[in-house]
Amino acid sequence: MPTTRRQFLSFAGGVTVAGTIPIVTLRPVEATPAMLTTAIRNVVGEGPIRTGKVKLNIPPLVENGNTVPMTVSVASPMTADDYVKSIHVFNEKNPQPNIGNFYLNPSSGRAQISTRIRLADTQKVVAIARLSDDSFWQVTADIVVTLAACTEEVN
Amino acid sequence: MAALINVPAKAKRGDIIEIRTLTSHIMETGFRRTMDGALVPRDIITSFTCRYNGTEIFRADLFPAIAANPYLSFFTVAKESGKLEFEWIGDNGYSSTASASITVE
Repeated sequence: MPTTRRQFLSFAGGVTVAGTIPIVTLRPVEATPAMLTTAIRNVVGEGPIRTGKVKLNIPPLVENGNTVPMTVSVASPMTADDYVKSIHVFNEKNPQPNIGNFYLNPSSGRAQISTRIRLADTQKVVAIARLSDDSFWQVTADIVVTLAACTEEVN
Repeated sequence: MAALINVPAKAKRGDIIEIRTLTSHIMETGFRRTMDGALVPRDIITSFTCRYNGTEIFRADLFPAIAANPYLSFFTVAKESGKLEFEWIGDNGYSSTASASITVE
């Protein structure tokens, strides 16, 4: 198989790095499932998180983890008494477990947000919604990533 | 900085409208290394706010896991004619604003 420029550069870069600094610092630490749990508890507190209401629309297989389209929507009437206060999105294996916090209010009309995210590895993405009665609802999606983001070298 | 804002120019009172924003920013994660092993310092947008005639209608905290040139789309109820203001704030004192107007009938 012919070597592409990208492969050559990443190989050459790896050799340079390995030659100058200890191998333990080669890759930043990945967020672990424990870090994911901590990050979620920082937002949610100790209360229960129920499954349902939240819909996470994200491709199950992505070729390029640098830009992955994602839409989170929550089944809510969005009235003054019953609305979504915030949506929090987390990942399992990026160097940092947070992706974004999005704050809504009754005048949002529809509890739905879209953005584009980075995924460093094949992993789980968790979206949690906080409703106006302070209950938390979550959904989880598994995504297969073939080209990782975040930690690649700068050429 | 360059920003693309997509807001309907006209809406009926009470309509739910979608607002889409895109701004140019490198969103350097702070986890990447150059070929000689030096860590590239983090440079990201950390906060986005949208105000509708002065009232905050949407806010977001962003992290390095948001892709470069952050795209955000969200909804609001068209209540009155006026101005939507957008503000991005980030590392190293980064700040950028944009605005769009809407006519509500």
